[in-house]
Amino acid sequence: MDFNLTQEQQQIREEIRRVCGEFRDAYWRDIDKKRDYPDAFVRRLTELGWLAALIPEEYGGSGLGITEASIILEEINRSGGSATVCHAQMYTMGTLLRHGSEEQKRRYLPKIAGGELRLQAFGVTEPNAGSETTRIETTASRRGDRYVIHGQKIFISRVLQSDLMLLLARTTPYDELKDKTQGLSVFIVDLREAKGKIEVKPLDLMINHHTNALFIDGLEVPAENLLGQEGVGFRYIIDGWNAERILVAAEAIGDGRWFVERAAKYANERIVFGRPIGANQGIQFPIAQAYARIEAADLVRFQAATKFDRKERCGAEANMAKLLASEAAWEAANACLTTHGGYGFAAEYDVERKFRETRLLTVAPVSNNLVLAYLAQHVLGMPKSY
Amino acid sequence: MNVIVCAKVIPASSVTIEIDPATKCMVRKGVPHELDPAAASALEEGLRLVEKHGGAVTVLTMGIGDATVGIRNALAMGATSAIHLFDDALAGSDTLGTAKALAAAIKKEPFDLVICASEASDSYSGVVAGQIAQLLGIVPLTFAKEIAVDGKKINIKRQSETGYDVVEAELPALVSVTSGINEPRYPQLKGIMAAKKKEIKKYTAADLGLGPDQVGASGAREKVLTVGRPPARQAGKKITDEGDGGKQIANFLAELKII
Repeated sequence: MDFNLTQEQQQIREEIRRVCGEFRDAYWRDIDKKRDYPDAFVRRLTELGWLAALIPEEYGGSGLGITEASIILEEINRSGGSATVCHAQMYTMGTLLRHGSEEQKRRYLPKIAGGELRLQAFGVTEPNAGSETTRIETTASRRGDRYVIHGQKIFISRVLQSDLMLLLARTTPYDELKDKTQGLSVFIVDLREAKGKIEVKPLDLMINHHTNALFIDGLEVPAENLLGQEGVGFRYIIDGWNAERILVAAEAIGDGRWFVERAAKYANERIVFGRPIGANQGIQFPIAQAYARIEAADLVRFQAATKFDRKERCGAEANMAKLLASEAAWEAANACLTTHGGYGFAAEYDVERKFRETRLLTVAPVSNNLVLAYLAQHVLGMPKSY
Repeated sequence: MNVIVCAKVIPASSVTIEIDPATKCMVRKGVPHELDPAAASALEEGLRLVEKHGGAVTVLTMGIGDATVGIRNALAMGATSAIHLFDDALAGSDTLGTAKALAAAIKKEPFDLVICASEASDSYSGVVAGQIAQLLGIVPLTFAKEIAVDGKKINIKRQSETGYDVVEAELPALVSVTSGINEPRYPQLKGIMAAKKKEIKKYTAADLGLGPDQVGASGAREKVLTVGRPPARQAGKKITDEGDGGKQIANFLAELKII
């Protein structure tokens, strides 16, 4: 059992930290205030190849594992930034990589790796389905050599910042299915050619998340853009969940470390009643507790990532990592805000921004309640509870 | 063209430097290391020249085992190959011993140009580059803030107190660069991955034909007698503005010959 990073992983951590160091608090604060997209940051990461970490070398990427990818995203959040603005560029292509044809991979992956194409959007969630993905209602009907798509999607992020979107749509009516997990298919949608057929309505959220409602009306997609086989799209999506959970766990750990570092620093510097506020156990214990929980979650995250990279089953670990890390980060966020007192609410301290951002990770990409339901049912053998 | 960049790997900037009271040398073992930012500028210049004119950049480092971190970093930035002079017999070398080792390694390679930092960011001796040039019998062009190569000619702008001098020489030559000559690139992720596969040649003092009378602590002719803290700064002069504050400041600066 070796808990140390390899020299290469350590180098990756140091280098991404250096790149993130170019984008300081004021940059992220300003982007948040203007509800802008951090284009300069994403371009910089792309040009240095960081977002192509998971793309195999033969398609122009670096062919690294989830362990290394998770270190990259952790460091972005630890620096004070937000990896959610670009993490999908890193892993959405995984569905294309695992299930796309060789022709599709050769057509898209090198351009995604080089930054020529942005693939950050994945249209899955719908207003009438939520977490029950098998009940989605968006339909794709075959018409000759094309599919025609109609429907609605909600919380589809970075559509306006992407060139490509993967889209899950129903190709067999729900009532005609024996196996309700069948009948869904994944399509590669070229957003540049979809104008007039997809109405994109940005959603105003408590965080700067670039997410949208989509109204799809008669979008035509060439049949050659069907990913893998028709009808097994739900399986393809599930395949990507473990990777996503591990990466989100790493982002939460990055957030948690940021909160703990800022809280400890402020607790040492802020003098009230003639001594640093950190000298009070009421201040220091919650920070220490949050630190311990983050370190514990980190171990599960690396266990999950290691199993994933060894191609071992890791559903339990990936889910637990996401659960523990997002909760530890939220606890750290609260400790940090409490430590800062009124200043924690002031935008210039950045705590309130990170506080808002990290709260999302307990809810998305999957609610922690559904993670508990997974563990109870699939790991502990209890009845399905929903 | 073949460029050799002499690159020192030094304790990371986050490390508080400590001096071993027995040897009066900087404690290097057991602390994180990084490529000296001054060496990164030298390397950046080498990479740019090779990108323009073709050829290869070899990075040359003398140092302890931990120096491989910085060497890998240099390879990740784009250096073609690396040479690591790694031997306990080299520990404690003075500047001349260091220059002898580096020059001996350079002689083993084909080269058109050697690039060094003007001085390393940990010890600031600033003499090794000149010593290497002397030992190799090539022209040293120092304090370059700009380098241009045209065929067999090299042309630099040499930073001076008041501006710059234009200096020209025939290749092969050695150039020492100022730290502000460029903004070193960050390694690309692909570069980090490729660095793993690049060769790092290792040489001992014996491989270089150097004995204990030339390198290492025993060969050092330069001895550090004492190491101490610089004297505490004197209290500053406080000027209260009672109508003639500006004049007083001007007089004060004139006394210091600043204006």
